[in-house]
Amino acid sequence: MGTTTADLEIDARGSFCPGPLMELIKAVRQSDVGKKIAVLSRDPGSRTDIPAWVKKAGHDLVAIEDADDYARFVVEKTH
Amino acid sequence: MPADIVVLGGGVGGALTANLLSKRLPSGSARIRVLDETGVHVYQPGFLYVALDQANAGWLSRDLRSLLRDDVELLIDRAVRIDVENGAVHLEREGALHYDFLVVTTGAQPDWDGVPGLRQATHNFYSLIGAERLREALRTFDGGSLVVGVAGMPYKCPPAPVEFAFMVDDYLRRRKVRDRTRIRFLSPINRAFTIESASKLVQPLMEKRGIELETFVNVETVDPDKRRLTSLEGETFDFDLAVLVPPHVGATVVRDSGLGDPGGWLPTDPATLQLKSSDRVFAIGDATDLPISKSGSTAHFEAPVVVEQVVAAIEGRAPNPAKSRYRGKVTCFLETGRRQATILVFDYDHPPKPPRPSFIWHVAKWLFNRVYWLTVPRGRI
Ligand SMILES: Cc1cc2nc3c(=O)[nH]c(=O)nc-3n(C[C@H](O)[C@H](O)[C@H](O)COP(=O)(O)OP(=O)(O)OC[C@H]3O[C@@H](n4cnc5c(N)ncnc54)[C@H](O)[C@@H]3O)c2cc1C
Repeated sequence: MGTTTADLEIDARGSFCPGPLMELIKAVRQSDVGKKIAVLSRDPGSRTDIPAWVKKAGHDLVAIEDADDYARFVVEKTH
Repeated sequence: MPADIVVLGGGVGGALTANLLSKRLPSGSARIRVLDETGVHVYQPGFLYVALDQANAGWLSRDLRSLLRDDVELLIDRAVRIDVENGAVHLEREGALHYDFLVVTTGAQPDWDGVPGLRQATHNFYSLIGAERLREALRTFDGGSLVVGVAGMPYKCPPAPVEFAFMVDDYLRRRKVRDRTRIRFLSPINRAFTIESASKLVQPLMEKRGIELETFVNVETVDPDKRRLTSLEGETFDFDLAVLVPPHVGATVVRDSGLGDPGGWLPTDPATLQLKSSDRVFAIGDATDLPISKSGSTAHFEAPVVVEQVVAAIEGRAPNPAKSRYRGKVTCFLETGRRQATILVFDYDHPPKPPRPSFIWHVAKWLFNRVYWLTVPRGRI
């Protein structure tokens, strides 16, 4: 799916804005510090939403990987 | 043998579906039963007006029987389990209802314990009791910090908290305490609410009215002693009065039957509204997992789609393609205060293009509230 490994992979390609972001937030809430979470999104809004949220919440955006018709965002929970 | 149709839930979607089925099916061709645990139909949009002291609670509830056509049977009991394999709904008191077709319209329910401290420290207008308590709190509110926000997604009626913010701004101005009040609107995402075009319209208005928009606030805990709200993003908000939309979950019976996703929402086909696990079971309204607003209007446009499919199956013909596909249509009003409102009309593929707020749409919403009982549940509009 992508090159950056993750502890949890969420496929939110079927969901519309702000679905992928909300899925990511839920996963971050439920994960332990240090875990990497990948979310797949087809929603163009995720390109701005997800990085902006990660920055505000103080986590790390490890990678954004582009595939044919979706993007994979990998986020590390840092606190 | 008449077909057995069970409509589980007698809210907006349930009452309307049952009445439309009764209108369309020749008598004797089906037995239509509505199962509801309360036997009372509640007009939930009215909670907003009760909270803001613009309506009495009496106006919001009606005996469900009085809204159903004579040949629709009403059973007042609680469904405890849906057995999709055997086509049966098990009841709390006793027995089970067999069905040939089942329409699940069990709605969404607030999860008051979904955020620690929410129940103890915050107000809401997502239940009648909540709205009445909030009305009392607002009557004696003498200024300070008021936060309005959303404590979990998805929730029903996405514009409602924004409407509340505008309307409470008016209310506090009338009571002459607005100049002593700071209003902050807390949104879990990066705009006022899910619908982008509508957010673009309301955000400048919020600014104009001095309602501060705080984005990416995902409420983590509320401290009842300190009256302080903490977000997942690490911010804190102190308040004198907090009005939060609680997180929502699907109905208990859906979760107990193992039919829902982790939130208790039913995996539903976006076009046919059939349950993904059974083509004899349909879901409409707030109970589904569809990527569309949870609103009465959604249920209103979905009901005829299900009715056409059930009627066609009973009549032994193929459903009319134009009438048996839901395209995500939703229409809802959005009050922007100062006796103005706008209207959002959209579907799966077309986001709304809301007109500039005006008095006309405010009057339209007011009229809709008045005529609801005579029209929507009875299938007259
Ligand atoms: C403050 C507020 C403002 C709103 N404003 C608007 C608005 O302006 N426009 C709009 O379109 N929508 C609005 N809504 C949303 C609207 O009220 C809901 O979306 C609508 O009621 C959904 O209809 P439903 O049939 O899916 O569920 P509901 O109307 O909630 O009905 C569900 C029914 O199922 C029954 N039930 C549940 N579980 C069981 C069980 N196990 N056994 C038996 N019965 C059961 C319940 O008793 C209930 O009668 C608002 C909601 C709120 C809270």
